[in-house]
Amino acid sequence: MQKEKWLFEISPKTNLFDLNLKEVWQYRDLLFLFVKRDVVTVYKQTILGPLWYLIQPLFTSVIFTLVFNNIAGISTGEIPPFLFNLAGITIWNYFKDCLTATSDTFKKNAAIFGKVYFPRVIMPMSIVVSNLLKFGIQIFIFICFYLYYYLSGATITPNKLLIFLPILIVAMGMVGLGLGMIISSMVTKYRDVTFLVGFGVQLLMYLSAVMYPLDLMRDKLNNIKGYNLSWIVDYNPLAHLIEFGRYILLNDGNFSAFGLIYTAIFTITVFFLGLLIFNKTEKTFIDTV
Amino acid sequence: MENLSKSNEETESRNENRHETMDSRQLKTGNREPTTEVILKVENLSKQYRLGTVGTGTISHDFNRFLARIRGKEDPYLKIGETNDRASKGNSEYVWALKDINFEVKKGEVLGIIGKNGAGKSTLLKILSKVTGPTTGSIKSKGRIASLLEVGTGFHPEMTGKENIFLNGAILGMTKKEIAAKLDEIVAFSGCERYIDTPVKRYSSGMTVRLAFAVAAHLEPDILIIDEVLAVGDVEFQKKAIGKMKDISGKNGRTVLFVSHNMTAVANLCSKVIVLKDGAIKFIGITEDAVENYLKNQKDNNHLYQDKLIEDDEFKLINFDLINENGESNYNFYTNQEISFEFNFLLKKTLNGLRIGFDLIDNNNSEVVFRSFNDDLMEQECYMKGSYNLNASIPKNLLKPGNYLISVAIGIHNVRWISLGEINIPITIFNINGINKNYADKRPGVIMPLIKWGM
Repeated sequence: MQKEKWLFEISPKTNLFDLNLKEVWQYRDLLFLFVKRDVVTVYKQTILGPLWYLIQPLFTSVIFTLVFNNIAGISTGEIPPFLFNLAGITIWNYFKDCLTATSDTFKKNAAIFGKVYFPRVIMPMSIVVSNLLKFGIQIFIFICFYLYYYLSGATITPNKLLIFLPILIVAMGMVGLGLGMIISSMVTKYRDVTFLVGFGVQLLMYLSAVMYPLDLMRDKLNNIKGYNLSWIVDYNPLAHLIEFGRYILLNDGNFSAFGLIYTAIFTITVFFLGLLIFNKTEKTFIDTV
Repeated sequence: MENLSKSNEETESRNENRHETMDSRQLKTGNREPTTEVILKVENLSKQYRLGTVGTGTISHDFNRFLARIRGKEDPYLKIGETNDRASKGNSEYVWALKDINFEVKKGEVLGIIGKNGAGKSTLLKILSKVTGPTTGSIKSKGRIASLLEVGTGFHPEMTGKENIFLNGAILGMTKKEIAAKLDEIVAFSGCERYIDTPVKRYSSGMTVRLAFAVAAHLEPDILIIDEVLAVGDVEFQKKAIGKMKDISGKNGRTVLFVSHNMTAVANLCSKVIVLKDGAIKFIGITEDAVENYLKNQKDNNHLYQDKLIEDDEFKLINFDLINENGESNYNFYTNQEISFEFNFLLKKTLNGLRIGFDLIDNNNSEVVFRSFNDDLMEQECYMKGSYNLNASIPKNLLKPGNYLISVAIGIHNVRWISLGEINIPITIFNINGINKNYADKRPGVIMPLIKWGM
């Protein structure tokens, strides 16, 4: 009897590294349409529409400036504190949005995932892409304030490394997506993780030097009641990413080669780990979600 | 204005439908020649589910599984598990929703899958459409599979009809190019042309379903899985949907897996049927035999309506039973078989003018017949104290297939009703081997008697 040729086979045991990226590519139109859906429907039935994207970072920056710079007296050098905070928050927001929106992918889309098959990874990927729009609006408002301060005589100069901004954004998105995919896989079975994400992200922001210079934070952590806690920022890839972002946007602070290499390795690792876990979970999550 | 145009359109498409079904006569007889090539092969497929909630027990089971895996042993929880009989209380936390399913589908075949609720139909379809994975076993396929598990998946209320066609089509696996090429066809089939640039949230629910089915019906996979989509929409649209599905399987030679509780639709569409029971294949074979096997399967209590029987100080209905031609109690009958009933009653005193009969009510809640034996036979008027047995049978080849209610009517003439409309027994009449079996429920008319034709 001749051996029959099958187009595909569904079986319980699949290779862990069977990511089926070819299939994802076949569904690229779906990715595009999901992005379009998110973009088109987000302002529906709101009065202020996209203005909401501006209000949140502006108010946050004002409060941070008030609390950290005016009350606590943290110095941001020659950079206007408001601009310093706005830069940090804009970059941080992209990561935060990617993480929180992707971390409940399975739970939120259980209804649609339970009925039709398509590569599940399309869904979180589309979230990361459509968040770029929000990021674009926020970076635009940053540029407006940048120009305002520049024209009113503040000593800020752009850095020639600004061309690396897209890479920074990709890295932020990858970390957010990677962590989000890991978390969403765990949420399918153990809802406990959801509670962690909400305040975990909030706390992580304080540990990632979003509203103060990295060097200042490291110095202060160096000796807390005799303990050296500077590893908190040294091994926090987000702190490095934020600092690098401020460096290229405001030409402020500095970054180490170690920090960059470490962050790059971390980013790639967490992204692929997330992809593997997500891929493994998608096959049976519908039974446990 | 809107209503007017809608009803116009409906009558129009009803007429269209009549022609369509006339045409599809050749289809039905002509197309059932599946090639011998096997397109889908299911081997030893099983699916285990854990009952109860996910709680603290879950983590220890996960841990045990993990330990077994790193020691290279088999999953300890795979050995246990019971058949999935939802009514009986079991001992195990694990059940087999599907157990050792094996079958093959040939190219161009329309395979029906029937079974009671919880028999494993949906689980099987979910595994086939890759929504969830099997526990053991495998499925091999030579073609692209797309499923119509529920129409309208992923519709976004804020987006227009056209935008939703693209989104829904992409979710179902079409590329943008494919959808664009078929856009006009889809819009025309849905009959929502006027609303196509309006957000779907402004649609009536019927229009949403039409649009969704239109997208799904224009998918072009090699194997199409359909689960109960026919349960939605109005009668007219259901007929349109069945017609479209016949086209898909007939003209286009597509392989279809069809799951339904609607035996008439199954008998109409399918060439081969699988009967599932408690997660296992109970029967597999040609449609007529399978449907009969499934329906026979359903009689589980001998005395149908004991709990609802009536009693007062003059009269007691001891038993009322519906019996098919094989002498079995049943709710399901065939157009080419008699429907018999048996009244078993006790008179506590001598009664004058007793009337016992039945009312047959069809799906539209209108009375098809109302008969009582005294009316028909003009027999004795006075009944002595004692117990009686009364039989009746509705002749074969008289009623149309469909759902009916048999309502027991008992009264004393000119005095009172003992029971009227209190005992209503739903029955279903199927047309599997009777006359006019292809179009029985599509032709107008309330009854379908056997007509003597001559030429």
